[in-house]
Amino acid sequence: MNWATLNLMPALPELFLLSAVLVLLVIDMLLDDERRGVLYGLSLATLAGCAAMQYLAWTPVPVETFQKMFVADPLSGVIKFFLYGVTAAVLIYTRQYVADRQMFKGEYFTLTLFALLGMNVMVSASHFMTLYIGLELLSLALYALIALRRDSVPATEAAMKYFVLGALASGLLLYGMSMVYGATGSLDIATIARVIASGNGNTVLLVFGLVFLVAGLCFKLGAVPFHMWVPDVYQGAPTAITLMIGSAPKLAAFVFLTRILGQGMEALLSQWQGMLMIVAVLSMALGNLTAIVQTNIKRMLAYSTISHMGFLLVGFLTGNAEGMSSAMYYAIIYVLMSLAAFGVLLALSRAGFECEKVADLKGLNQRNSWYAFLMLLAMFSMAGIPPLAGFYAKFAVIRAAANAGMVPLAVFAVLMSLIGAFYYLRVVKAMYFDDAEEDAAIEVRADMRLVLSLNGLALLALGVLPQQLVALCMTAVKQSLTSL
Amino acid sequence: MLTLTHFLVLAAILFAISVLGIFLNRKNIIVLLMSIELMLLAVNCNFIAFSHYLSDTAGQIFVFFILTVAAAESAIGLAILVVLFRNLRTINVEDLGSLKG
Amino acid sequence: MDMKTLLLLIALAPLAGSIVAGLFGWAIGRRAAHVVTIAGVAVSAILSLKVLSGFVFGHAPVFNEPVYTWLTVNGNTYSVGFQIDALSALMMAVVTSVSLMVHIYTIGYMQEDPGYQRFFSYISLFTFSMLMLVMSNNFIQLFFGWEAVGLVSYLLIGFWFKRPTAIFANLKAFLVNRVGDFGFLLGIGLILAYFGGSLEYRDVFAMAPQLAAKTIELIPGHAWSLMSVTCVLLFVGAMGKSAQFPLHVWLPDSMEGPTPISALIHAATMVTAGIFMVARMSPLFELSDTALNFIMIIGSITALFMGFLGVVQNDIKRVVAYSTLSQLGYMTVALGASAYSVAVFHVMTHAFFKALLFLAAGSVIMGMHHDQDMRNMGGLRKYMPITWLTSLVGSLALIGTPFFAGFYSKDSIIEAVNQSQLPAAGFASFALTASVFVTALYSFRMYFMVFHGKERWKLNVHEHEADAHDEDEHHHGLGPNDNPHESPWVVTLPLVLLAIPSVVIGYLAVGPLVYGDFFNGAVVIDAIKHPALLHLGEEFHGATAMALESLRSLPLWLAAAGVLAAWIGYMKAPQLPDAIRRRINGVYVLLVNKYYLDELYFAVFAKGSRWLGNAFWKIGDMLLIDGLLVNGSAAMVASISRLTRRLQTGFIYSYAATMILGVLALMTYWFAPLILR
Repeated sequence: MNWATLNLMPALPELFLLSAVLVLLVIDMLLDDERRGVLYGLSLATLAGCAAMQYLAWTPVPVETFQKMFVADPLSGVIKFFLYGVTAAVLIYTRQYVADRQMFKGEYFTLTLFALLGMNVMVSASHFMTLYIGLELLSLALYALIALRRDSVPATEAAMKYFVLGALASGLLLYGMSMVYGATGSLDIATIARVIASGNGNTVLLVFGLVFLVAGLCFKLGAVPFHMWVPDVYQGAPTAITLMIGSAPKLAAFVFLTRILGQGMEALLSQWQGMLMIVAVLSMALGNLTAIVQTNIKRMLAYSTISHMGFLLVGFLTGNAEGMSSAMYYAIIYVLMSLAAFGVLLALSRAGFECEKVADLKGLNQRNSWYAFLMLLAMFSMAGIPPLAGFYAKFAVIRAAANAGMVPLAVFAVLMSLIGAFYYLRVVKAMYFDDAEEDAAIEVRADMRLVLSLNGLALLALGVLPQQLVALCMTAVKQSLTSL
Repeated sequence: MLTLTHFLVLAAILFAISVLGIFLNRKNIIVLLMSIELMLLAVNCNFIAFSHYLSDTAGQIFVFFILTVAAAESAIGLAILVVLFRNLRTINVEDLGSLKG
Repeated sequence: MDMKTLLLLIALAPLAGSIVAGLFGWAIGRRAAHVVTIAGVAVSAILSLKVLSGFVFGHAPVFNEPVYTWLTVNGNTYSVGFQIDALSALMMAVVTSVSLMVHIYTIGYMQEDPGYQRFFSYISLFTFSMLMLVMSNNFIQLFFGWEAVGLVSYLLIGFWFKRPTAIFANLKAFLVNRVGDFGFLLGIGLILAYFGGSLEYRDVFAMAPQLAAKTIELIPGHAWSLMSVTCVLLFVGAMGKSAQFPLHVWLPDSMEGPTPISALIHAATMVTAGIFMVARMSPLFELSDTALNFIMIIGSITALFMGFLGVVQNDIKRVVAYSTLSQLGYMTVALGASAYSVAVFHVMTHAFFKALLFLAAGSVIMGMHHDQDMRNMGGLRKYMPITWLTSLVGSLALIGTPFFAGFYSKDSIIEAVNQSQLPAAGFASFALTASVFVTALYSFRMYFMVFHGKERWKLNVHEHEADAHDEDEHHHGLGPNDNPHESPWVVTLPLVLLAIPSVVIGYLAVGPLVYGDFFNGAVVIDAIKHPALLHLGEEFHGATAMALESLRSLPLWLAAAGVLAAWIGYMKAPQLPDAIRRRINGVYVLLVNKYYLDELYFAVFAKGSRWLGNAFWKIGDMLLIDGLLVNGSAAMVASISRLTRRLQTGFIYSYAATMILGVLALMTYWFAPLILR
């Protein structure tokens, strides 16, 4: 290896993040329990530093490094900025919650940041090996985070289920990768794409591998029929960790999907398009229908996530720039929505009380009309009601599908978005029209109050002014997926 | 003479055994962990076979990474198992069903 | 003030009031909350009237401009914009003025309610949404308003009164409305796909003539006219919102909500959004005779059969609700006959007299201490004189008494249908004419039961049917020794203010609105294919002449017969001949000319209608449509939901098995053909 020509610039944020986490680990050893709060500040500082590094490393065209294993392009750049922001929001929202539940330890912060590092690697990977390493770094950190609350039976059960199924999914993904490797003779995504496009790859092996790849990817997204972990993990994990699992990793999973299918397997579009179509239809239907009967709001949001992933896939599977960028927009908006929704749940939880039933939100408007309003924004946005951000997100993916000639799919998506609104309205009903069953004061740290408010208002703002973000997604996708 | 196909079929059989192990096993969670391990080995077998027949070392290097990750994965899995046992006093797969619906 | 600022002010003033009352209501108190919302709506109403007067007294130019660009994608711009022409100006004036009345009325009606500020916030928010809907110049904004009004109404009706917290309690109403919205969205989708990608009315209407003959194959092998499919889909949206058969079931249920909501949303404004939308889309609908026929048939069924159902209701609000359904049917038929201006004219007159009737019903309910059962009322005329008189005015307007507002619009509709040359016109003509009788019957049945006759609450027979209303803490009814009393001025003032247009607006407006050129440019009629309105205009010789001519026409005599039948059925037959004859003198004199007809004949007539109504109500509405269709589909969704839930067994091995089965399924579908080949 020629060190002199190794360009570290594209990986600057990751290198910074890695060093910072290691430093945090050491600092954690030196701190006693009263001064653990230092880690919280340092973690946020790390994220700010990452964002700064990301700004320095910004590139308008794809730049590869580490023997083409790692790529920095606008797609990864944009997504990484969001990853830092989302992770920071997660840390801020969960500060009080974890402190109340004896989870406020060094591990919490280092594992979260390692998960972020894993996502960063996933997002920037241009080689099956880096993709896999990133994925595993994320997954292993998440397994551990769920089990962090050692005395909780549901949490450990959720961790075990997630672990076993996650490992199975990794196995499927790897098996698929090995087939593609055999068919194309390379693990590098660009080379794979070239070989397939030239028609030199072994089609039988390729399609065989593709099925496994799709299965592994859909597991990460949580799309039917690879969704079974989602409700159990969302419900079982402590709400703080659910927030982590339900937010940033979806962004990473979207890019993961784009790298493997959109870039590597682009020539097999007609094959994976059909597979994803089935998966998308099943996800929208099952997610929306099953959510109707849920009484646990975390579980309800889990099924809602499944249906959202279906919508995301509707945009993605068109395989063109419009569809991919609408899917990217959808992923970003979805993450903002779930941050807001879980954020309010975290705000309402306190030591000895978990807010996780729909009934726990009863009369929220009387107790605190601002949090009720923020939750209302999140719910209406998820339901796709104009003028909130979720409306344009749904509109964009459905329009992309219709423009790509997939009219029945678009019609089905419209139908599902209409039915799906029902269970979100149930939450609104509980907040605004039912009487409060308890009147405990809602005490929230100032930083969380601020960020949560901004988060909720962003849903409104991005609905009214979607132009900038839409254009950003479009540019990112067009600049990064050069073949489109 | 052993051909590529032989190795692929072997790997496929190993893979199938491990998958069956995951969903036929109704007793012990440790068997699940073993199955997962076996699955990764099946994949490794695939990679090495391809790597040899393609005369490309990348596949073999990938195998080292997979082995390393598998070790880490087992460690985490066993750690979760220990926590689970402390909470539930059982490692029976069928006792793991309180989250559902 | 330039036009743009003016329009923005009209739209945003209610929103501002709503936000203040909603978010800061706890801080500013009840009084400030109603002051600020009423001020917002009043500003909006005054300015709307100013805009309208520009169209009435001068030929104000049409305003059609974007006010805010939302998004530009792929060369298409989506913006928020206003298209203000005669049609939207008229709707704005109706919406804001009725809303203002309802705001004032609410001060009295809700004074004991703990959610006072919130309630004002909601009705102001509703006014804003409705304004966005009618002022829109593009489909996206139309859809926004459409969803927003639906949402406010849905939340208010379903959620106001406490119900058992069953998850599926509201699924029914929700699903019915969603069927409509689904059609509407698909219609918009077709427009987006085929009309050049723009969603502005202007561009879409400009493209329409070129696409008149275009066909599409939604099901391979069946070519359908694009225009017909689009229009029918859009009309399905209107059916949901304007409660047309068979999507009407939600409207009677919506009477659970507070009366001001019923008056504002479920009588005067939101339910007419569908009518407005079709009138707005007239350049599209004119190109499809299929769609117009479809509209006419649906409208006729609604007009006649919903009227029958009104005859058998005992809950005062439900009678008015079914009457609304029937009148919406009239408007729909007018649309089908290409008489868009007549339909909008009826929207306007109906908004006034129906809001009046609802608010009067609310006043009666207050007087009766929240008892809504007409069987406990009677003789209220003595105790609530203003409510009585205004109700009489409203009822007379509703049944189409000459010179009253309803007469002009309703008679014009019947005439337009008679002139229409579409195949469906024959049935429509029969249905509407018959429905005149039914309308008079149920209106005056209600009027007599409430305001005349014995003071039945004194008999202390509180028989409540289960369908009348849900029990809630408000409801206690009137004791045998209490007497009802007239409502406070905040309640009666809106009644009087609404009674005035209910009398005069038809006489004043029929000439210019329907037969003049008021709507030129705002609605488009293909005069060669659909000449109904043209013929009508030729026969029109002023409002007075129209009223006099009607004396020779069938509908007027049918209406009179209906009133008489109601009188016999509900006043004469319940054995109180003397007292009643004295009390009902006015009506008696009016009817005495017709009295040579056999009393028995009317009794049979009235009884027959009642029997028919009962049959439709029990078998048709309750069993087939509500029970089978709506509850059936709600139950189906529920059971599917429970079924899919069972898939999530909780066991790792079944989860893993699902994943592997998923892989195998994908493999058989994509991989198996590959190796078999």
